[in-house]
Amino acid sequence: MRGILLQSAIISTPIEWYIMLSAVLFTIGACGVMVKRNAIIIFACVELMLNAVNLLLVAFSSYHSDASAQVFVFFIMAVAAAEVAVGLAILSMIYRNLKSIDINVLSKLKH
Amino acid sequence: MIKLIGLVPLFPLIGFAINGFFGKKLGKKLSGGIAVLSIAASFVVSLLVFMELNGIANKSQVVNLFSWINSDTLSIPFSFLVDPLSSIFLMIITGIGLLIHIYSLGYMSHDEGFARFFTYLNLFVFFMLLLVLGNNYLVMFVGWEGVGLCSYLLIGFWFKNTEYNKAANKAFIMNRIGDLGFLLGIILIFFTYGTITYGDVFAKAHTGSETIITAIALLLFVGAMGKSAQIPLYTWLPDAMAGPTPVSALIHAATMVTAGIYMIVRSNIFYSSSEDASEIVAVVGAATALMAAIIGCVQTDIKKVLAYSTVSQLGLMFLALGVGAYSTAVFHVTTHAFFKALLFLGAGSVIHAMSGEQDIRKMGGLKKALPITYLTMGLATLAISGIFPFSGFFSKDEILAYAYEENKALWFVGSITSLLTAFYMFRMFFLTFHTSFRGTAEQKHHLHESPKSMTIPLIILAVLSVAGGLLGIPAAFHGSNWISTYLNPIIMHKNPSTLSHETEFLLMGIATAVALVAIYTAYNVYQKSNVLPAENEKDMRPFERFAFHKFKVDEFYAFTITRPLNMFSTALGKFFDNQLVDGFIEGIGVVVKWLSGVVRQLQTGNIGFYIFSMVLGIVAIIFWSILK
Amino acid sequence: MSTLLLNIPVTQYMFYFLSFVAILCGMMVVISKNPIHSILYLILTFFSIAGHYLLLNAQFLAVVHIIVYAGAIMVLFLYVIMMMNLNEKDEPNKKVFLKIAAVGSAGLLLLTLVGSLKGAEKMVAAAPLNTNVGLIKNLGQTLFGEFLFPFEISSILLLAAMVGAIMIGKKDPVK
Repeated sequence: MRGILLQSAIISTPIEWYIMLSAVLFTIGACGVMVKRNAIIIFACVELMLNAVNLLLVAFSSYHSDASAQVFVFFIMAVAAAEVAVGLAILSMIYRNLKSIDINVLSKLKH
Repeated sequence: MIKLIGLVPLFPLIGFAINGFFGKKLGKKLSGGIAVLSIAASFVVSLLVFMELNGIANKSQVVNLFSWINSDTLSIPFSFLVDPLSSIFLMIITGIGLLIHIYSLGYMSHDEGFARFFTYLNLFVFFMLLLVLGNNYLVMFVGWEGVGLCSYLLIGFWFKNTEYNKAANKAFIMNRIGDLGFLLGIILIFFTYGTITYGDVFAKAHTGSETIITAIALLLFVGAMGKSAQIPLYTWLPDAMAGPTPVSALIHAATMVTAGIYMIVRSNIFYSSSEDASEIVAVVGAATALMAAIIGCVQTDIKKVLAYSTVSQLGLMFLALGVGAYSTAVFHVTTHAFFKALLFLGAGSVIHAMSGEQDIRKMGGLKKALPITYLTMGLATLAISGIFPFSGFFSKDEILAYAYEENKALWFVGSITSLLTAFYMFRMFFLTFHTSFRGTAEQKHHLHESPKSMTIPLIILAVLSVAGGLLGIPAAFHGSNWISTYLNPIIMHKNPSTLSHETEFLLMGIATAVALVAIYTAYNVYQKSNVLPAENEKDMRPFERFAFHKFKVDEFYAFTITRPLNMFSTALGKFFDNQLVDGFIEGIGVVVKWLSGVVRQLQTGNIGFYIFSMVLGIVAIIFWSILK
Repeated sequence: MSTLLLNIPVTQYMFYFLSFVAILCGMMVVISKNPIHSILYLILTFFSIAGHYLLLNAQFLAVVHIIVYAGAIMVLFLYVIMMMNLNEKDEPNKKVFLKIAAVGSAGLLLLTLVGSLKGAEKMVAAAPLNTNVGLIKNLGQTLFGEFLFPFEISSILLLAAMVGAIMIGKKDPVK
C-alpha cells in the first residue's frame, strides 16, 4: 500500500518542480549567507544550500532509479558533519579570542 | 653472446649510476671496486663477443635494442653493430679501460674526489662504447658528444684551479666546432640518402654525386679534426693534460682521440670515393704529425711531451687514412693505445713519485727509485720510436710503406716525424730516468715505487706494447697480417700494396736507421753531454723559443678569432641585452607593479564583500555557460 | 485498485505542503533576528526535506537525514550558540542597501539556476521505476560494492575531523 502511494508521488509530480524547489532553497541559503553577519547563521545557511543540492540529487536518483546518487548524498552528509564539527570548533575558538563572531570584525585577511 | 651486446655498455652505466648517486657514502674501497668490477664485467662480455664473432662467418651482426626515433620519413632504431671494426675498438676500450681503472685505484687514492672520478670515468667508458657500437650515425653522435662531455668534466676535474677550468672549456669549445661539422655531415648524409644507418648508407653511397660525397667526407673530417686533435683544432689536447694522468692515458691517448679515426674508417667508402677528400686528410695528417713532433722536441713538461707525441701519432694515423690504408690506421690505433697508455701511466707513476712535479728538468736518475716504471717506460719508448720488433715498428712502417707508394713527399714527412719522435721520446726518457737527480732534497727523500695496483697495469701494457706487433706482421716477414684480413669485410675499396718485398725491407731499414740515429743523438746530447733544456727563455735559440711557445698558435687564434668575437659579444651585450632586452623586461615589471597597486584595492579583507563577489561570480559563470 | 489510487493527488498535496513548509521555514531562517530561532526554523526545514525524501522513495536517506541533521548537526549548532550566549541584541545589523543588494543578487542566482536547469527534465531516462532503490539493502550493495573505497576514505575524513575539532577546540596551553 505504502509503496504504491509513494510510487505515485514520482509519477504525479514532474521533476521540474523538484528542480524549482531545490533552486529556491539554494537561493534562500545563498541570500542568507550574504545578508547575515553572524558567522554561525552563515554556517547554517551553508547547510541549507547543501541540503538543497542533496534534495535535487535524491530527486534525480529516484527518477532514474539509480542508487549511486543516493550514495553521494550519503557522502555529502558525512562531509557536512565533518565540516560542521571543525567549523564550529574554529568559530568557538574565534569567539573565545575576539568575544565576537561578527564577520565584519574578522577582517584579518586584509593583512 | 652477441645478442647480449647491450650488456657491454650497460655495466659501466650501472657503475656510473651507483657511484654517481651513492659514491660518497660507499667509501673509497667500495666505490672503486664497483667501478673496476663494472668495467671488468664489460671486458669479459666484450671478450666473449669478440671470440664468438671470430668463429662465425657473418661478420656484421646488428642487434636491435629499441626503436628510438620514429616519425614519418625518419626511423632511427637504437641498435648496435658488432663487426670486426667495432669489436677491435671494443677490446681496446674495455681492456685498456680496465687496466686504467685499476691503475687509478692507486693513483687517485689520496684524492678527495675519488668517487666522482670513477663516476666520470665509468660514464666515459659508457659513452665511448656507445660511440663504437652504434649502428647509425646518430647513436655514434650521442656517444661522440658524451665522451666530449666526460672529457670536459675530467680535464676540469680539479675544478678549484682556474687554469684547469680554462683548459676544460677550451677542449669543450674546440670540440664543439668539430662536432658542428660532424652534425652537418650527418644531416647531409640523411638528406642525400634518406637514412643514417651504416649498412643502408654505404650500400647507396655510390649513388651520390662526387661533390656531395666530398662534402660529406670533409664535414665528417672536420668532426674528426676536433675530436682527434688535428690542425687547426689540435690546441686543446696539450692543455687537456690538466686532468689527472689516468684520464690523459685513457681519454686523451688511447680511446677518445681515436674516435675520429674510428669514424673515418667506418665511413671509409666516402673517402675512397673522393680523391680530394682523401688528399686533404693525408696532408692535414702529415702536417699535424710534423708540427706536433717539432713542438714535442722542446717541451719540458713530461705530460706535454706525451700530449704532443699523441697529436703527432694521430697525425700519422690520418696520414694512413688519407692514403687509403684504413686497416693500417686501426692497427696503429691499437698499438698506439698500448704504448701511449703505458707512457702516460708511467709518467703518472713518475709524477706520483715526485709528489706532483711534472718538469723533466727537475727529474733525472729516477731509474733506481722506480725500476718497474723505468723498465716498462723504456719498452714503450722503444715501441713508439719504431724499433724492431716492438709493436710500433710494424704499424708505423706499414703506414710509411703505404705513404711511400702513394706519394713520396708524404713518406718523407712521415719519416722526419718518426725521426723526431724517436728523438723527443728518448730526450724525455734520458732526462727523466738517467743522469743524476735534479729535484729538491725533500722530493728525493720521498721517491718511491708506485703501489702494485699501478705497476701491474704497467707490466701488462708493457707486454702488449712489445707483442702488439703480432697482430699485423706483414707479408714481408711471412706474416699473415691478421688485423688487415680481419678488417677486410668493412673496407669497401681495398688498396692492396704493390710494393715489392725488397722495397719494403729498404723502407724498414731506412726507418730503423733514422730512429737509431735519433736515439744516438738524444743519448749524446742528454746522457753524455748532460745538456739540460734551457731554464730561461732568453737562453733559447729563436726557432726553439718559437717552437717552445707552440708556434704561437694559441696567440694567433686569440688574436684572429677570440678577440673579435669577444668584442662583438661585448658590444652586443651592452646594447642589445642591457638596453633592449632588459628595458623590455623591466618595463613589464613596472607595468605589473602599477596594475597590482590598482587591483589591490579590491582586497578589502571583508568576508561579506568576498561572499558577494563570489555569488556574483558564480552567477556570471552559469549565465555564460547557458549562453554558450 | 491500483489505477484508482494512482489518480488520487494526495501525494501532490503532500508535495505542496512540504515545499511550502520548507520554503517558508527557510526564509524564516534568514529573516529572524534571534540566532536560536533561526536554527529552530532550519530544523523544521530539514524535517520537511526529510518528508520529501520519503515521497521520493529514499526511505533510508530520510531516516539518516533526520538523525544526522536534525539530531546531531543542529543540536551542535544550538549548543554552540547557547554556549556563546548569543541573542537578538547581539545580532549585528546590516545596512538596508546591502540587504537589497543581497536579495537582488540572490534573485539573479535563482534566475540563472532555473535557466541552467531548464533542460534537465529531458534527461530523465525512461528507466523502469524501481521503488526499491532507496531501501537499505539496495543502497548498501552500491555503497559497499562500487563505492567501497570512497566509503573507507570518508571514515578517515570523519576521524580527522573529530581529532581536528578537539585540537582546535581545546584551550590554549598556558604560555
